[in-house]
Amino acid sequence: MSEEKYYVPEQSALPIFCATAMGVMAFGAASWVIEGGDAKIFLVGLALMTIVMYKWWSLVIEENMQGLASPQLKHSYVLGMLWFIFSEVMFFAAFFGALFYVRVFVNAWIGGEASVVLFDNTPTDAATANNDILWPGYERQWPVMETPDQAVNGEEAIFKGPDKNMSLPLWEYPASQWFSKLYTLLPWLPLWNTVILLSSSVTVHFAHTALKEGNRNVFLRYLGITVMLGFFFLCLQVAEYYEAYVHYGLTLQSGIYGTTFFMLTGFHGAHVTLGTGMLLIQLIRGLKGHFSHEDQFGFEAASWYWHFVDVVWLGLFIVVYIFG
Amino acid sequence: MAHGPAEGITRWLYTTNHKDIGTLYLWFSFAMFLTGGFFAMVIRAELFQPGVQLVQPEFFIQMTTMHGLVMVFGAIMPAFVGLANWMIPMMIGAPDMALPRMNNLSFWILPFAFAILISTLFMEGGGPNFGWTFYAPLSTTYAPDSVNYFIFAVHIMGASSIMGSINIIATVMNMRAPGMTYMKMPLFVWTWLITAFLLVAVMPVLAGAVTMMLMDINFGTSFFNAAGGGDPVLFQHVFWFFGHPEVYIIILPAFGVVSQIIPTFSRKPLFGYSSMVYATAAIAFLSFVVWAHHMFTVGMPIAGELYFMYATMLIAVPTGVKVFNWITTMYRGAITYETPMLFCIAFVILFTFGGFTGLMLSVAAADIQYHDTYFVVAHFHYVMVAGAVFSGTAAVYYWLPKWCGRMYDETMGKVQFWLAFIAFNITFMPQHFLGLAGMPRRYADYGLQFADWNMVSSVGAFLYGGAQILFLYNVVRTIMYGEPVKEAKVWEGAEGLEWLVPTPAPYHTFIRPPVVTSSAAGEDEWSISGATPHVAFKAAPGAG
Ligand code: HEM
Ligand SMILES: [Cu+2]
Repeated sequence: MSEEKYYVPEQSALPIFCATAMGVMAFGAASWVIEGGDAKIFLVGLALMTIVMYKWWSLVIEENMQGLASPQLKHSYVLGMLWFIFSEVMFFAAFFGALFYVRVFVNAWIGGEASVVLFDNTPTDAATANNDILWPGYERQWPVMETPDQAVNGEEAIFKGPDKNMSLPLWEYPASQWFSKLYTLLPWLPLWNTVILLSSSVTVHFAHTALKEGNRNVFLRYLGITVMLGFFFLCLQVAEYYEAYVHYGLTLQSGIYGTTFFMLTGFHGAHVTLGTGMLLIQLIRGLKGHFSHEDQFGFEAASWYWHFVDVVWLGLFIVVYIFG
Repeated sequence: MAHGPAEGITRWLYTTNHKDIGTLYLWFSFAMFLTGGFFAMVIRAELFQPGVQLVQPEFFIQMTTMHGLVMVFGAIMPAFVGLANWMIPMMIGAPDMALPRMNNLSFWILPFAFAILISTLFMEGGGPNFGWTFYAPLSTTYAPDSVNYFIFAVHIMGASSIMGSINIIATVMNMRAPGMTYMKMPLFVWTWLITAFLLVAVMPVLAGAVTMMLMDINFGTSFFNAAGGGDPVLFQHVFWFFGHPEVYIIILPAFGVVSQIIPTFSRKPLFGYSSMVYATAAIAFLSFVVWAHHMFTVGMPIAGELYFMYATMLIAVPTGVKVFNWITTMYRGAITYETPMLFCIAFVILFTFGGFTGLMLSVAAADIQYHDTYFVVAHFHYVMVAGAVFSGTAAVYYWLPKWCGRMYDETMGKVQFWLAFIAFNITFMPQHFLGLAGMPRRYADYGLQFADWNMVSSVGAFLYGGAQILFLYNVVRTIMYGEPVKEAKVWEGAEGLEWLVPTPAPYHTFIRPPVVTSSAAGEDEWSISGATPHVAFKAAPGAG
């Protein structure tokens, strides 16, 4: 019907296949992690999911090209994307919150100290009892280099802290030497990763401006640079993880420091991968000439996502690395 | 766009129609309600007498766990999503939900998630046995292997909830008919908008909690293990940061339903519309900052105990505003007592009762006595069953004639109401006494001094189960043989756009948005093209 304003699509087989793929993946993932399990079922689900996603996005792009997407529908997409990003923010909030709670409260309590000092400075009996009875010998510390387990069980401990951590190298020196030791920052990967990610936020912004001005070549160039930067970031992160595992004795299993370090940076890395993928797809679409200066939702969505990933990194850089 | 539904089974599998999807959600939810109800019957049969009678303790605890999970995530939440799907587009004059295909995806994830979850009962080592709140280390170090299936099932049902909520937010923000300003939206739409916001905010936190569990169990991390420097109590914080907003996710849409039905049968506009909106928003905000009232006995610093105690008590204020408004709406109304209204009145009374026990629990010092006893069980069944389930039942009776063009049997409805109302109280009222006397929750056996009230409670539970079968029968009978209804406005006192479209509601409504004009009296007059204008929505005083 032509007078219809809002495009309500015909029935479609994609959603239920997508749900099936999710179901198979969930079941497969569970049977994979269980001891003696394998990835077969999961991979079947993943294959199905890949096909469904490809078809689904192609369909949406096609509908878009046919002009079915009214401004109102596009606004629905905008809202969808923004609220999706908000949900991602809350996902990271759970992990940042866990880090905060462990550092500020748990660490003090099992170390027999008061945590936040509101009224007076004396640790309560409960706090010292935690230490005296459960983890005698454990001292409050961050990063946790010697776990409570080690404090009690020594060499027999199951959870062992790392040999070296990822924090700002300057902390190893007294404040008076910081200036003269600035050069120690040069080989510090997180700094470079910050530079890379921040610049990529700028380049993606340039790409956006160029697109709005209808400057296709500039748009493609900056978008290409952004994708490259995302890729560099990931390479450096791989290098960092390699360093951690091989030279620092820092692994996922090295107590709460390793846990929070790898979970936070790992999920961030996963999101960078996703974001780079999204931008890459937009680049391919751009090369095919899908965008016009009014119609650029796909690219805009990817770039919002990219800015979000960037902001998360800033948070990580501050709490995990600088004050890590 | 096709004009009618597609033929055959693909209508349901491939649909993009908000009414079809709403129907799917509602039937799925009822199926889960019966499944969870069956688990409850096992629990109450075991507790009928002291001693281990029917099932082993290991299985008993799996039943309580599954009962909670299935009822919360499988029965109550999908029921209200189903109502949202059916009603929100019709209430705001939209042709459909904003993102129809994603809508269908959100639904179809659920059968998979619950198939996985329920299948764990048949796995080696048994199903989840750590309670619906799955505290670590019970759910990590000491959990059966099947916990991994539980974790991924929670992941995908969370994805379903998030997509469903994003859809609702986009629909409400973007698809309102011209003239349907925010402060003219029916309250059900408002409560759902706020609920959807809560869902998008906390479902990811739940995903974070189960991810941490997954890592601790399989990959040697130490989030919830003090030996590595973590803390089992961290789990409780993360869980309840999700969990307390979750209980409001369950109850806010119920508030919305009640705020639609009470004015209809009181034949008066809702009292204090805008205060209702603000109270809902206030409750939602407060729900984020009170979570540790579930953890008074965990060993928090005294400052924490005090803060969470006072913050929790604050919630009673906006909740009180709502109860006041419902009662004032009824005050001097020309009330008739059709089944939906009966359920809503019962809601107001019993929910308030549950709110009061909540207030008792929020007293940190007293909670040390009540915590993890049947008193807590009684509290949350008053708010969740007499709250959410009663209002869901009311909603089905209220809108069923609009959905299928047939009227339910009023006598049978009333019988069902009284049966449910009485049975509910027989079941759960004694649990207050049991809890105050010290009976702990989640055990298969109990001391002899608790025997009498437990038997009473079990009898009530079986009766309540029976009432649900009657409900099912009444609904099916209505759909198949009910008296046909023709009037667009099924209930004389009803207001709102959904009562403007023909009965039964056509497959597509508001393909063209309704038109609003202002009458001489300053009231909004809504009309759909072709029909004579009706006064369909009187803006509440001070609103809009
Ligand atoms: C005035 C309002 C309310 C107050 C002050 C309140 C307070 C509390 C407190 C303090 C507890 C913890 C008791 C304990 O474990 O020792 C509790 C438990 C609970 N409440 Fe409420 N509540 C209120 C309303 C609600 C509502 C509206 C719902 C849901 C619709 C709800 C659902 C629950 C549930 C499910 C639990 C138990 C969770 C568990 O341990 O399994 N409450 N409530
Ligand atoms: Cu709570």
